[in-house]
Amino acid sequence: MDIKELQKANARLVWRIVAIALLMFGLGFAIAPYYDAVCNYFGISGRVKEASTEQVYQVDQSRNITLEFVTVVNGQMPLRFRAETGKLQIHPGQYYTVNFYAENTSDKKLTGRAIPSISPAWSSSYLKKAECFCFSEQEFEPHKERKLPVRFVVDPTIQADTKEMTLSYTFFDITEKTPTIKN
Amino acid sequence: MKKTLQLLAGLWSVLWGVAIAETGSGTGVGWGALNMPAGVTPLSHDIHDLHMKILGICVVIGVVVYGILIYSLIHHRKSKGVEPAKFHENTKWEIAWTIFPFLILIWMAFPATQAMIKVYDTENSVMTIKVTGYQWKWRYEYLTDGLGKGIDFFSSLDAKSNEARQLGSKIDPTTVEHYLLNVDNPLVIPANKKIRVLLTAVDVLHAWWVPEFGWKKDAIPGFVTDGWINVEKPGIYRGQCAELCGRDHGFMPIVVVVKTEEDFKKWVDGQKAKQDAGKLDPGKMLTMDELMSKGKEVYASNCAACHGAEGEGMGAFPAIKGSKVATGPLSDHVKLVLNGKATMPAFKEQLNDVETAAVVTYQRNGFGNNKGDSIQPADIQALK
Amino acid sequence: MSATTHDETHAHGDAHEHHDHGPAKGFMRWVTTTNHKDIGTLYLITGLIMFFVGGAMALVIRAELFEPGLQYVDPHFFNQMTTLHALIMVFGAVMPAFAGLANWMIPMMIGAPDMALPRMNNWSFWLLPFSFVMLASTLFMDGGAAAAGWTLYPPLVLQTGNALPFTVFTVHMLGMSSIMAAINIIVTVFNMRAPGMTMMKLPLFVWTWVITAFLLIAVMPVFAGAVTMLLTDKFFGTSFFNAAGGGDPVLYQHLFWFFGHPEVYILILPSFGIISSIIPTFSRKPLFGYSSMVYATAAIGFLSFIVWAHHQYTVGMPIAGELYFTYATMLIAVPTGVKVFNWLATMWRGAMTFETPMLFAIAFVVLFTMGGFTGVMMSISPADLQYHDTYFIVAHFHYVLVPGAVFALFAATYYWLPKWTGHMYDERLGQLHFWLTTISVNICFFPQHFVGLAGMPRRIPDYAVQFAEFNALSSVGAFVFGFSQLIFAYVIYKAIKGGVKASSEVWEGAEAHGLEWHLPSPPPYHTWTEAPAQEIISDLH
Repeated sequence: MDIKELQKANARLVWRIVAIALLMFGLGFAIAPYYDAVCNYFGISGRVKEASTEQVYQVDQSRNITLEFVTVVNGQMPLRFRAETGKLQIHPGQYYTVNFYAENTSDKKLTGRAIPSISPAWSSSYLKKAECFCFSEQEFEPHKERKLPVRFVVDPTIQADTKEMTLSYTFFDITEKTPTIKN
Repeated sequence: MKKTLQLLAGLWSVLWGVAIAETGSGTGVGWGALNMPAGVTPLSHDIHDLHMKILGICVVIGVVVYGILIYSLIHHRKSKGVEPAKFHENTKWEIAWTIFPFLILIWMAFPATQAMIKVYDTENSVMTIKVTGYQWKWRYEYLTDGLGKGIDFFSSLDAKSNEARQLGSKIDPTTVEHYLLNVDNPLVIPANKKIRVLLTAVDVLHAWWVPEFGWKKDAIPGFVTDGWINVEKPGIYRGQCAELCGRDHGFMPIVVVVKTEEDFKKWVDGQKAKQDAGKLDPGKMLTMDELMSKGKEVYASNCAACHGAEGEGMGAFPAIKGSKVATGPLSDHVKLVLNGKATMPAFKEQLNDVETAAVVTYQRNGFGNNKGDSIQPADIQALK
Repeated sequence: MSATTHDETHAHGDAHEHHDHGPAKGFMRWVTTTNHKDIGTLYLITGLIMFFVGGAMALVIRAELFEPGLQYVDPHFFNQMTTLHALIMVFGAVMPAFAGLANWMIPMMIGAPDMALPRMNNWSFWLLPFSFVMLASTLFMDGGAAAAGWTLYPPLVLQTGNALPFTVFTVHMLGMSSIMAAINIIVTVFNMRAPGMTMMKLPLFVWTWVITAFLLIAVMPVFAGAVTMLLTDKFFGTSFFNAAGGGDPVLYQHLFWFFGHPEVYILILPSFGIISSIIPTFSRKPLFGYSSMVYATAAIGFLSFIVWAHHQYTVGMPIAGELYFTYATMLIAVPTGVKVFNWLATMWRGAMTFETPMLFAIAFVVLFTMGGFTGVMMSISPADLQYHDTYFIVAHFHYVLVPGAVFALFAATYYWLPKWTGHMYDERLGQLHFWLTTISVNICFFPQHFVGLAGMPRRIPDYAVQFAEFNALSSVGAFVFGFSQLIFAYVIYKAIKGGVKASSEVWEGAEAHGLEWHLPSPPPYHTWTEAPAQEIISDLH
């Protein structure tokens, strides 16, 4: 092989490797939006972010699941946030509505966003929410308390030995931040 | 040369010997603290046993491998006049030392899997405690009816450790009891009850870890993770934050006081009364001395980390000594403490009216500020 | 893409462009050089300098930890030290040093006249000094340098002051530099081998570097992507890792460790290659199990991509994830074990002598295996719930990186220094360096196993008094270790300046172990401008 050919061969190989490198760089970004999808698919994200259509299930009266509600306020947000009840006994397949309350304790108007998290994480794919304050941003007038309802059902196909689930909401202060578009 | 090799071999057997001899001695202090504690929960026992088992296997393999190496180093040297062999492969041996470690690994995988399943079995707990990580303290909330529901407090490094740990404090840490492992308000739980611990954080990642309970878990903003404990005997157990969380990561210990069921009930009642006192007793007038001594305590565990033990400030954090706020209008001062500003946290939820009144009084009269005014809990409530 | 056929007019690739037979004079020689030996030297010197810089930071850490209480530094500065110590040691000391060895040795080992892409080689080196100056300058910025640990986990890292974008750009530049070096190595090995130098005849050092280069190309871009997302989260309102916008801080950890786990093999695979070169020479025996060594290296490379989340056993993954990563991680012990057994079998019934390179190689086998044992322990996820983020982990990775990667670099330096300089190094000083280093490294890191198991978290500037004795011991070891390295620098300086003339073979019987020993010591500026003779290559083993 003469030099020209060697240089050509080198160039070909270089571009192939560069392509791999670029692909891997892109992959990192590609993973971000698909991370949730992948996690949801494997049921490991511990989140429910989208409303599901209100489907009718066969209510399984024979089973009880204890649902525990947890509220968290992130950072320094001046919000008093609580669930109307700490625990609820539910039957899979039946719809329930639980109210949360949040009070703005400051003199300024607040915008918040509630992020749900479910434990154990795999059970998140069985919790279907027809309505939730976490689907959109919430505004709070100064010193006003608001009622924030969640309407949900636990899919009766959830594995039979499930007895406890925990549903938590964390309010993040996004008053001063531009609303983000990323899902 | 031979001597140095023997020395090397000797050194290793001593080090391993120490490791083996001390295993199972549990926690101790000083030179004695060599191994993972066996702990006081079912999980910590399982994990300790698993740890000992793998350590044992590794020691046995290590003795064999190092034994062969040392034999070879002693006998297969040029100075002994040996003629080097020529072989460079041996399929049988190569297959053997691929398969054999594999089998050992499979053998180790079984207890590991069992232990992990147990770790994840958080069901059937009788009470739930929510633990929230803050920069740099913990918040404990009791969520279960009849077992302290409504109790909610912050737990930060105790005042003595905090004073001693300041750069150039000149205080000898050995004179401080449980240096860096003591808090102002410990978590209190009953013994022999399965307790679920829910973890979350509000700013950055933290991790909640008490070695005697057998596990640690990350606290992640926006997410809840959980774990469980069932402590067999009453006592005081100490741990620390285990995920780098910023400047004072090393200074947010965890103390768990485990009480008998009866003592726990008493503590719950006492705690409730105390919380009510904080809320309902604003009418009571406190003396200047009471305010100042209480204020000093509150200051040490809530303010000193940033503003300095003597109110001298620290880097970006302003001094309180002679500051415009602490010597200016009272209502501005109180509002700043209540609502925070920029990096300063809001203390409205963390301190009750008595504590707020005390710490404001302390800041306005300590460090040579000498404003002379005393603030009563009622004043705080009026400003809220 | 077969091996290059070298014609008689000795024109080989780009090397013909500067057929001036000798280096340019003065400073500009080093700035404009495209010679693989010059660039190799530049990389090695950079690695050594950064080793001392990172080492000085380690000594700040160990000085503060000598006794309980805060004596010298503010906790925030302490965190900056732990962060920069790690970044500098990984990206500034060990990686450039391996790249330097690759530059010096690979063309000489495969019978090529130079690297395939000499001008890119120059560029990939010269990015480094600028990156490190930028990284060091972050220490003086408002808010200090990054203090969130070398893993740069959000949300904490987003609290960094002005230093954040500079730290991220540094990572970008280092990543580009590494990727270019990796491209160069792959193209050189694939296209520039002398006739008769088949892939399965390559010295293991070359093989391990080829696999390392592929790891670099696959993972450095992922790291660059992850830190870019940190930057956009901080300044452009994206929410990749921000829960408030629907992101997830744990996603960063997955991305980081998808890079980070292969990265630790990037730091250790070339070491395996070095040790596999040195042990046969001083055992006067061929390497045992050459092909199983190659396959084991490839297996480790492959496994490194599918085990990353064992760094995250405590984030609350579902149990299926915990168990999968446990099993996959345990598997790494198999190919690693094969390597250790092969080294033992190479020594077995050899005729060993114990010059400094061999001493470091033996210490590598012993101490790296120690790190391997603790690695197996940590792979067991339930046990790791205790080990995670404690000094046990610190002890583990320092055992694999200091008596592992760094000892391999010492061994390589002593082994090839006579070849590079043409002078034998001072054997007595070399032995002194070895014993001081080996004893002190154990005094430094062995006690850390104990404090870790007994409950001391890592990355803390101050600790409870029951950990005092072991920490004091560890600090003493660290200082002895640190200052012992001045001997190493002096030995190198002395060998460059003069000494006993080295033969071309340097070590008894070395000619059978590699093409580099068929070149004069020091080799001329351009080597293998004519391909080595077939008999030489076919006689290698």
